[in-house]
Amino acid sequence: MDILNMTALELGKAIKEKKLTAVEAVEAVIANIEAKDKDINAYISLNKEQALARAKEVDEKIAKGELTSALAGVPIAVKDNICTKDLKTCCASKILGDFAPVYNATVAEKLEEAGAIVLGKLNMDEFAMGSTSETSYYGSVKNPWDKTKVPGGSSGGSAAAVAAKEAVIALGTDTGGSIRQPASYCGVTGFKPTYGTVSRFGLIAYASSLDQIGPIAKDTADCAAIMDIIAGKDERDGTSLDLEKTDYLANLSSDVKGMKIGLPKECFETEGLDHEVAKSVKAVAEKLEEAGAIVEEISLPFLKFVIPTYYIIASAEASSNLSRFDGIRYGFRTENYDGLADLYNATRSEGFGKEVKKRILLGTFVLSSGYYDAYYRKALKVKAVIKAKFDEIFEKYDLIICPTAPSTAPKLDSSLKDPMKMYLSDIFTVSANIAGLPGLNVPCGFDASGMPIGAQIMGQALSEQKVLNAGYAFQSMTDFHKKMPEVM
Amino acid sequence: MQITKEIVQYVAELSRIKLSEQDAENMQNDLGAIVNYMEILNQLETDSVEPLSHIFNITNVMREDEVKESYDRAEILKNAPERTDETVVVPKTVE
Amino acid sequence: MEWELVMGLEVHVELATKTKIFCSCTTEFGGAPNTHCCPVCTGMPGTLPVLNKKVLEYAVKAGLALNCDITRYNKFDRKNYFYPDLPKAYQISQLYLPFAQNGAVEITTRSGKTKTIRIHEIHMEEDAGKLIHSAYGDATFPDYNRCGVPLIEIVSEPDFRSAEEVVAYLAKLKSTFEYLGISDCKMQEGSMRADVNLSVRPKGSDEFGTRTEMKNINSFKAIERVIAYESARQIEAIEKGEKVVQETRRWDDNKGKTFAMRSKENAQDYRYFPEPDIPPISISDETIKDYTDSMPEFSEAKVIRYGEQFGIAKADAEIIAGSKYLAKLFEETVAICNNPKEVRYWIMTQIMYFMNERGVLPENIKLDPKKFAQFIEIVAADRINKQTGKQVFEEMFFADADFDVEKYIKDNGLEQVDDSDAIREAVAAVFAANPATVEQYKNGQTKVVGFFVGQVMKQMSGKAKPDTVNKIVGEELAKI
Repeated sequence: MDILNMTALELGKAIKEKKLTAVEAVEAVIANIEAKDKDINAYISLNKEQALARAKEVDEKIAKGELTSALAGVPIAVKDNICTKDLKTCCASKILGDFAPVYNATVAEKLEEAGAIVLGKLNMDEFAMGSTSETSYYGSVKNPWDKTKVPGGSSGGSAAAVAAKEAVIALGTDTGGSIRQPASYCGVTGFKPTYGTVSRFGLIAYASSLDQIGPIAKDTADCAAIMDIIAGKDERDGTSLDLEKTDYLANLSSDVKGMKIGLPKECFETEGLDHEVAKSVKAVAEKLEEAGAIVEEISLPFLKFVIPTYYIIASAEASSNLSRFDGIRYGFRTENYDGLADLYNATRSEGFGKEVKKRILLGTFVLSSGYYDAYYRKALKVKAVIKAKFDEIFEKYDLIICPTAPSTAPKLDSSLKDPMKMYLSDIFTVSANIAGLPGLNVPCGFDASGMPIGAQIMGQALSEQKVLNAGYAFQSMTDFHKKMPEVM
Repeated sequence: MQITKEIVQYVAELSRIKLSEQDAENMQNDLGAIVNYMEILNQLETDSVEPLSHIFNITNVMREDEVKESYDRAEILKNAPERTDETVVVPKTVE
Repeated sequence: MEWELVMGLEVHVELATKTKIFCSCTTEFGGAPNTHCCPVCTGMPGTLPVLNKKVLEYAVKAGLALNCDITRYNKFDRKNYFYPDLPKAYQISQLYLPFAQNGAVEITTRSGKTKTIRIHEIHMEEDAGKLIHSAYGDATFPDYNRCGVPLIEIVSEPDFRSAEEVVAYLAKLKSTFEYLGISDCKMQEGSMRADVNLSVRPKGSDEFGTRTEMKNINSFKAIERVIAYESARQIEAIEKGEKVVQETRRWDDNKGKTFAMRSKENAQDYRYFPEPDIPPISISDETIKDYTDSMPEFSEAKVIRYGEQFGIAKADAEIIAGSKYLAKLFEETVAICNNPKEVRYWIMTQIMYFMNERGVLPENIKLDPKKFAQFIEIVAADRINKQTGKQVFEEMFFADADFDVEKYIKDNGLEQVDDSDAIREAVAAVFAANPATVEQYKNGQTKVVGFFVGQVMKQMSGKAKPDTVNKIVGEELAKI
């Protein structure tokens, strides 16, 4: 069986039907990781022995009928900012050293209960701060479509691993586009749920009010399947929503008849938007229109405000969230220090990378005495305006479709030199985080150099089913998502 | 808004991050560019808008006052770079 | 020049919930270092706070008892600073929308003056850990057991003009929270501690002087000393033509002085912002009504009732009602023996003596009202006299639960003797032993009667009933 080319659902089904075992699946994927990851660098830690042991156990439980979930026995990989008990979790940062959490994130617990097998921890931008996965202390991740290009970020390891078949499915996190944008650059499907749908307990916070965990997978159905496992109310996360048990997979439908879709004109007028991207994304709307959806042009007048709003809020929260990394209770501590103040200063200076330091300083600035009102408080007001506008749009429309990113993946080492440009590459994705909305990236074409293009489908809060259905409908009619890179 | 050297020094101190001369200069430029770009928000009139911190209108998420067993101390301390059997160790905080 | 003190207080009170404010670890005092901890209260990466229901309930009740407006929609904020006792490097507190505002408390000072102290606001927050400093070497050992213990911070307006008022206010808060059952307010264990903001100004002036702040003072005695020292220091400085510097000063209880802290510790910019991990709190009318309706009887009401119902003088009633534990002992004992005057007498004399001279705290009194009532009945029936009563009371007060009053009196033969024959015998013996004094009496020196009575009491080991002794001594003398 062609394990590597199977979707998570196909693999889960085959395992359940005893056509193959979880051990075989894990072995096949690990063999592929061992062959390719030297070049891709998608993994920070590989959990080989435990994964094989766990696969054996899962096979037995499946045989006894104790494990029945759609993804029982399926190998999965998890972004390195999600805590896994006793398995190194370091957010791709030097400052966490070999930190081994003493507890499992809620999502890790849920995956384990469902019988999915965690292969290892995926590379990322340090503390999820970046759009290229180049800020990792463990080296940059390469795009499997073209190893001279970035995979996007910050969940670049997650997207690259799925594209390179180093994971059947992966978990990423999305604070400003960190699932959708790398999914777009790597030609895979990525889903950021409504804020509060998936518990953040155990997710090492970047920006608490924006962070969400979500899947990166081969298609929408796989995303729906894993969402059914990880979504739901968690007593340990006060911001998690009181949801009924979800059934996204069972309710998945390609019927989009009468669905009202808005195409925001400002997105397509954005400076620097690649025309091939624009064309492919518009084609997604046309496809859905053919299937019976109603497509109309809409306006997102606030588009030019979203990046500054996002950076103010995200860096403010980050400056506070990252203060606990001080060389005292866990992780890296500087070798030489004289007294407490020096211990703090030296540890944090040596332990954090440049981009992280920059955002910490920025966040400290916007919260500091004298600047709070002009920056942080202002951003919270703009956030209110953005939310109100989205509420208004979703009174009339079911979905919004726009590009996930203005262009396809850029060359390695080109983005960090021009940070403002890098920040602007999040322009289409950050609104969903600011307003807490669900967003899905679906592959929808390739540019002239053969790099994948992605379209973003956004919906109202808690309209995951509609968003997934639209993606599913599009993927039923097209096979962009089935094209995988040949990684040599 | 001009990001001065003093501002960079001040926020670096508050953040407990030590910057070399060169780092401070680069930071001043980078932060200057970003903060400058943020000024665009002033184009949006928001005088009558209430700041929105929590996106959804959820309130009173609370737990019962029931004791659960604490963690084993060894687990709490095991990741610390310097520790005794009972506590982590830091440089003396008083003279 | 005559100077006036102007003070404001920030009082931290630990709430007596079973678990911490944001996790399910116990709040129990003591425990080996770092044994009441979990990933949440030690700020491990990825953890999130979830508010304890009881904390909000206790906090709102405190707010209502201090006559505050309850902020119906309130939020938590983060206060950011680095210190090894604060594992997240931020304290979850309330700045922008504290849960209670604009309160007022009536206080009565020791000298009987009453005054209203205004409350600016009350907010909820988490406590920090405790730092243990090594005696040798260059190390500090953080104990995170106290991290996350729930606190309310009560911020007063600058309404205090004397140490006496400050002490009365603290006693009032303690009494109120004891009655509410929301805190034990033990200053010695740090469950109640005060920060004093103090400035001085020429008497009659309306302007405020420059203030200094003294933090974490944890006894009533220390507070009085801090105020005396710091006000004198400021006055001296001003009179010498120096300026008072606005700063936080450390109180050294051993040296009895305040010291300026390094200026760096004073330069603070806490960068407060709304805590994104905790959804806002909304408090309904029903909740307010429920809590208001279930308020216990506080000291003021008790003072009035003790006067009307039991005829207890205001000054005594204030002391008894000032402590939930004394009031409870008083009321329960009276309910059994129905002798409020006698109960009052023993509380105001013996128990006060134990409290003042032996450091007994009202909350630690173990005396069972049933035994106390039994004792009162014995005293009222004149079965023991007052002097013996003191001895019995002391034994009973400090004894274990199985102490038996009747048995103790019997075993030690303390019951009063009202046996006329025995007394008459003793009188005869005393006369026989003191012929010279009998002569004096015969010569008209009547004041020696007292001497005979004393000698007879002594002869009877104090157990004789004084009235009977007086009577018989008189009768016998008349026969001479």
